[in-house]
Amino acid sequence: MSDLLTDAAERLFAGRAATEQGFDPALWAAVAEAGFAAALLPEDAGGAGTTVAEAMALLRTAAAHAAPIPLAETMLAGRLLALAGLAVPPGVLTLAPVRLADRMALHRDGGGWRLCGSASGIPWARHAAAVVVVAEAAEGPAVVRLDAGGFTLAEGRNLAGEPRDRIDADTRIAAEAAAPAPFDAIALHAAGAALRSVQIAGALAAALALSVQYAQTRVQFGRPIGRFQAIQHSLAILAGQSAAALAAADMATDALARALPPLLVGAAKARAGEAASIGAALAHQVHGAIGFTREYRLHRLTQRLWSWRDEFGNEATWQAAVGRIALAAGPDGLWPTLTAA
Amino acid sequence: MTALEALTFAPPPDPDAATEALRQEVRAFLAAELRDRTPQQRAESWSAADPAFSRRMAARGWIGMTWPRRYGGHQRSALERYVVLEEMLAAGAPVGHHWVADRQSGPNILRNGTEAQRQAILPRIAAGTCSFCIGMSEPDSGSDLAAARTRAERVDGGWRVNGTKVWTSGAHRADYMILFCRTGPAAGEDRHAGASQFLVDMQRARGNGMTVRPILDMRGAHHFNEVSFTDLRLDDDALLGQEGDGWKQVTAELAFERSGPERFLSSFALLTEAVRVLGPAASERAQVAIGRLCAHTLALRRLSRSIAGMLQAGADPALQAALVKDLGNVLEQETVEVVRLLIDTEPAAPEDATLAAVLAHLVLTAPSFSLRGGTREILRGIIARGLGLR
Repeated sequence: MSDLLTDAAERLFAGRAATEQGFDPALWAAVAEAGFAAALLPEDAGGAGTTVAEAMALLRTAAAHAAPIPLAETMLAGRLLALAGLAVPPGVLTLAPVRLADRMALHRDGGGWRLCGSASGIPWARHAAAVVVVAEAAEGPAVVRLDAGGFTLAEGRNLAGEPRDRIDADTRIAAEAAAPAPFDAIALHAAGAALRSVQIAGALAAALALSVQYAQTRVQFGRPIGRFQAIQHSLAILAGQSAAALAAADMATDALARALPPLLVGAAKARAGEAASIGAALAHQVHGAIGFTREYRLHRLTQRLWSWRDEFGNEATWQAAVGRIALAAGPDGLWPTLTAA
Repeated sequence: MTALEALTFAPPPDPDAATEALRQEVRAFLAAELRDRTPQQRAESWSAADPAFSRRMAARGWIGMTWPRRYGGHQRSALERYVVLEEMLAAGAPVGHHWVADRQSGPNILRNGTEAQRQAILPRIAAGTCSFCIGMSEPDSGSDLAAARTRAERVDGGWRVNGTKVWTSGAHRADYMILFCRTGPAAGEDRHAGASQFLVDMQRARGNGMTVRPILDMRGAHHFNEVSFTDLRLDDDALLGQEGDGWKQVTAELAFERSGPERFLSSFALLTEAVRVLGPAASERAQVAIGRLCAHTLALRRLSRSIAGMLQAGADPALQAALVKDLGNVLEQETVEVVRLLIDTEPAAPEDATLAAVLAHLVLTAPSFSLRGGTREILRGIIARGLGLR
């Protein structure tokens, strides 16, 4: 990761007090202007030549500032379009389906296509210029660019107030807006899990920093509460969970740069999710009542952690996926399988 | 974020062709060496000492791997050494004879020893023929190492040692002890001043002022000892490093002691046995439980390899090592609880079924995981200091 890029991102996000619960259009404009939204695109599709690791460092920084913008979704949706050889439009992009139970179908319709189906929990759909859908077609999985206006929308939101909308489509799709997909909806789900792992690591690191800072300044019984051993040990555990989440984010980054091996994605999302649960609880405990208020900013991080750990598969879902691989490897294959991950 | 920067983990070096070739070489060696080793023997891991095994490992160049060739070392990278360590531990190889010497005593001598000390000892460690024990804890000085009272007084041509060390693992079979003791005035304002380290030749000392008595652990096994010194005479050249630098040296030694993969793989033999018993068609509950332990193992392995990379780069990862050891000990202890609730079995003596025997061993040793090499509480204090809270 180039320090230049991280520093630029840090300045951009830190310069704004992100008080908004919904979408921050001005911040998004600045992020798009800086090229961050295109960070996962190949250069011939409008990317800036950033590596997957650099893109994930940007995402982690955005998450550390609880930036209310669809950076993860736009990054990934654009990459999916580019991988399928479709043009990447400017503006906010998002993905569907994000839940394994949701399916969307693509049928031939004259010279073009028709996309049918619904999907729930679609991040930022109300703000999106297009939803990138991985649909099932007779020929196999297809990538479809579903433009705004081509679907009906029911608004919803996650615990942090981030838009999570339901979309319904029965829509004609132009021939040039669909293409065979070199991946399926399972891979899309795995990629989403990888991005959420990275975001969790960013938000948890920020929750740790905020908690340490608070413990150093809040005085009770005549001294900063961080001088009490009980608080020190809580923060030490939180630091351990944050380190584990960062390791998980690095595994997720490796997985994205490769073909999303389920062992790596699963271990990343499962471990990051567990770190989010333990870490968010400790951050609140250290903060006491102030952390429980709307006014103080801890909730912007913890509410995201509590949402992100469940999005694209919770810990148990991914632990089971990892467990199946480990059990299939058997006693003699277990260690070689883990070291090859 | 400055306080937190101290806790940053550098990205681990990528595996390359050389390290992976080495990994395959180690696996082939272990497949032959450990063919008849039972799962419960494997669970003993680095507590099991087998001098013949250590010599065969040494013959492959896998002890003292990173040390200079002129001291019998092999000038390999910290990452190559890491590969050998983790393969040995995952397979449950009996590496206990050379483990302490390779991990911390040798590096301490390399860093602080005189040329004569290096020449005399390091090649023997690298040959797998010289084992060390750690003379740190005392009856009134456990976690509070600076409270050590064992004292070495200057006498004509050397030193005279009086005091007692306890929990000294392997003292009954070690060739040397690195003794941490006071050489200055009693601890005053600066509790870390006035301590030094000595190389004690155990064979020469035994019966000449040093007594080693066994302390059985709660399983009845003999690893610990009490080592008492009554007017033990040490020559001038037994001093390791500078007089008065003992605290600085011992702290650096502890960073080596805490930094390795043995701090999260102690229960791996049980995970392996659980996978064997559960089989590929295990219940979803088993999948979730085993998957969780594997996810933790993968994240810890990444952090641990990062430490190896930092050592290679000449950085001081003492803080990171404390953090990984704390996380790793939690995993090691949780593994025991997870597996016993997953597979309805009663931990039993070794003549019984394999899983029950491994479980029995680990139920009885797991409490030590978060005590040895620095208690959980000490580690969390170190982490808190790294966070700027102390």
